[in-house]
Amino acid sequence: MIKVRKLVKAFGSRIVLRGLNLDIAPGEFITLMGANGAGKTTLMNIISTLGKATAGQVMISGIDLSESAAHIRRYIGLVSHKTLLYDDLSAEQNLRFYAKMYDVPQPQARIETVVQQVGLWGRQKDPVRTYSRGMQQRLAIARAILHNPPILLLDEPDTGLDQYAADMLGDLLAAVDTGKRTVLMTSHNLERGLSLGNRVLILMNGKIGYDVRREDVSIEEVRQVYFEQLKR
Amino acid sequence: MKPETQNLKPETQNLKPETRNPKLETRFGYFYKVLAIVSKDITAELRTKEMMSAMFVFSLLVIFIFNFAFDLRAENASTLAPGVLWVAIAFAGMLGLGRSFIIERDRGSLEGLLLAPVDRSAIYFGKFIGNVLFIATVEIVILPLFIVFFNLSIVIIPALVGVVILGTIGFAGVGTLFSAMVIHTRARDVLLPILLFPVIVPVLLSAVRLTAGIIDGLPLADVQNWLTLLIAFDLIFMAIAFILFEHVVEE
Repeated sequence: MIKVRKLVKAFGSRIVLRGLNLDIAPGEFITLMGANGAGKTTLMNIISTLGKATAGQVMISGIDLSESAAHIRRYIGLVSHKTLLYDDLSAEQNLRFYAKMYDVPQPQARIETVVQQVGLWGRQKDPVRTYSRGMQQRLAIARAILHNPPILLLDEPDTGLDQYAADMLGDLLAAVDTGKRTVLMTSHNLERGLSLGNRVLILMNGKIGYDVRREDVSIEEVRQVYFEQLKR
Repeated sequence: MKPETQNLKPETQNLKPETRNPKLETRFGYFYKVLAIVSKDITAELRTKEMMSAMFVFSLLVIFIFNFAFDLRAENASTLAPGVLWVAIAFAGMLGLGRSFIIERDRGSLEGLLLAPVDRSAIYFGKFIGNVLFIATVEIVILPLFIVFFNLSIVIIPALVGVVILGTIGFAGVGTLFSAMVIHTRARDVLLPILLFPVIVPVLLSAVRLTAGIIDGLPLADVQNWLTLLIAFDLIFMAIAFILFEHVVEE
């Protein structure tokens, strides 16, 4: 579903991604890990069309991102560090606005569905600024799946969440049918990343340096590779 | 494009019935999204009223202060009035433009907009129309006060409104672009007026000259050149902003 070939991204003289190759099959839930500054968010931004590659190619379902970015955006939902929401609008107003931007048919019914899925039913008319961080993150997930995208990009979705809310993230993602979607999630939380994903990648020196299926590896082995990478 | 994931297709696919003209639908979709952005901005502003109240108070203060600062008599009112009006509009408008993209930046909602399957120019036009409406709302209040304070004839109102509309379009057109440009800079509040005012000199100059001509009761032929200049700059600025906006908001 997602093919990345020889992807290079440089910010001035600093090269973040150095010829990265990656294949993601439909329905896979991938956990992407790496040290701070390894390029996880950069990769997410390029796949989500927010950033442009310096060189290389990203294909989604056989379509080159650099040629049809506007079209491909319909197929992608992104949950990032920021909520991408308007604080002064209610949850319902936020979702209605994004429903218009994505041409979601029968928006009211879809909004009610996703609000219930993320457990915000009853609070949907309250301004977002009155929400706790955990509730805002739930709403951010609702916004990302509003147009029912087959690809979901989660860039450290547990950032800023308390332990309880972060633990609930797995249940929440299951509630929004991530099992049917292709998911790429970045995380610094090893246990959570391994419990959610069925394939684990570690970014090293601007490339995928470690790529293993979840069932083929123990948490100790991943921890050892990950912490060695962090020490460098 | 058909996604490989069998069970999940974007909700959007159901919106393309075979019977409708796809080109027509795309065109309607474009305006629909422009209106969605305008409507969102108005709804957010109606909730807080932060921007409009600041613009109102500032523009009223400018009119009041100039009214008392200068010794306004009938013989010098027509000389000073156009400048006072456009200083009030430009500076109040600057407050609005400064806030225009701030609300998009705070929670990363600009990225949310950029992720949507919509042409970047629709985002520009949505923000531009919103800015024009906010500035126009302030103008609706200050124009009657301006007429009263400067003891001007109400006969000039239709022509004055026309000039104010043209001036506002030029100001907001380029202002929206610059507002998006400075959003990621640290000194954006300072940078916006420094960048914007030199560029909009032709718009402000022709608007002031036209306003003076209207107050002095000059025939259209005498101010035709300024009117042409104002319209030309409106069109040029809009075209440039339309072309550049995509490059400004993208990485």
